[in-house]
Amino acid sequence: MIDQKLYERYHRQIILPEFGEKGQQKLLKAKVLVIGAGGLGCPALQYLTAAGIGTIGIVDDDTVALNNLHRQVLYSVNDIGLSKAERAAKILQELNPEIKIIAYNERLQNQNALMLFDEYDIIIDGTDNFSTRYMINDACVLLNKPLVYGAISQFEGQVSVFNPQPLKGSVEAVNYRDLFPEPPKEGEVLNCAEAGVLGVLPGIIGTMMANETIKLITGIGEPLINQLLTYNALNNQVYLLNLSAKKETRSLIPKDEKAFLEMDYVWLCSSPVQQSEIDSDIFNDMITNGNVDIIDVREPHEMPAVNEFKHIKIPLSQLGDNSSLIKSKNVIAFCQSGKRSLQAAKILSGIFGDTKKVYSLRGGIVQWKQDRAKQAS
Amino acid sequence: MSVKIILFGKLAEIAGGTVSVDNVADTDSLINALEKDYPEFTKAKYVVAVDKQVIKENTALNKKNTVALLPPFSGG
Repeated sequence: MIDQKLYERYHRQIILPEFGEKGQQKLLKAKVLVIGAGGLGCPALQYLTAAGIGTIGIVDDDTVALNNLHRQVLYSVNDIGLSKAERAAKILQELNPEIKIIAYNERLQNQNALMLFDEYDIIIDGTDNFSTRYMINDACVLLNKPLVYGAISQFEGQVSVFNPQPLKGSVEAVNYRDLFPEPPKEGEVLNCAEAGVLGVLPGIIGTMMANETIKLITGIGEPLINQLLTYNALNNQVYLLNLSAKKETRSLIPKDEKAFLEMDYVWLCSSPVQQSEIDSDIFNDMITNGNVDIIDVREPHEMPAVNEFKHIKIPLSQLGDNSSLIKSKNVIAFCQSGKRSLQAAKILSGIFGDTKKVYSLRGGIVQWKQDRAKQAS
Repeated sequence: MSVKIILFGKLAEIAGGTVSVDNVADTDSLINALEKDYPEFTKAKYVVAVDKQVIKENTALNKKNTVALLPPFSGG
């Protein structure tokens, strides 16, 4: 039985015949983990808190910024610079002191994902990058956890319920990889960088995610199982896509915990470094303009040798210890093919922050030499 | 014969408005025709659905079909 105070708090939903006191009790017993307390996470969290989900976990390592406030309406100007997870937990607890809210002010990674997910019944993906989205999907498949998925781009949003458990009848569990088997590679998603978003859109999609979660827990209605809903805020068009499980999907997902821990989910698009890739022409211009340190991050003795321009040799493996050798305001890393230098650019951006501009030579020294030969001929 | 085409996300933005392709017998020729009209499509990742069902292989089309091209979104 629900006591009088709780009965009053949840009265308006308890009186719904399909929902009732039973539905409320299910919510109060449920444990939901929300990953990302941003555009999607905030509205989802607000409604889940209000609805009386018994335990809510909030994972986010980000802090509140002024440009978040047009869509993340949970926060106010006083929260700028503070941990999203902690502020959200505090504000939500004031909305509903009767439930348990746990803030995880940390980044979701291979190392903590499985342990965290294990504590919860349903996982909500409100993240903003593909690498974390694929990691969350795979962890949910490994642990048999239902995943409420939402994603947005400009004026459009997608919502779905992946990997529902337990399954009703002959329904097969569909996961995100049944729809998009592999993360997009560089250039395949055209709007990698922040493409902009209408503030109200994550409000709508995040609220839909809360709705799907509540339906899953209480068993009312028809959650978006094996369906992907797309919503267009400009013309109010809703499109429901039917999804089905695919045999080959399973081979893309790590088969056990060990394989999951070894999986590299860091995908280029998740990093702003991608914008700092430069081609041979810009590379040459930057050398001419000066005030730039060029770093060869290949191992010693790697060929081809470079004597066309001045550079410093710091192999990728020793970059962290030798960053003091870099003095100029601009830094360009290069390697053989442009892959390791991109990693190097990521590391150096981490070390220097806003104090230096770090670039990576796209295509590496091999491409650069080819371009140079072409121009000479 | 022209089928109904629905584009989402960046694909809709590239095409900029209603898209129609005439005389295509199957999804492969539809995609080829679209890629010819909008070369940026070749660089995009998306799934193809015929009448709201995601397809993996070339699928025959008739004029009653609706084909949707849906890119992944990452924003949150």
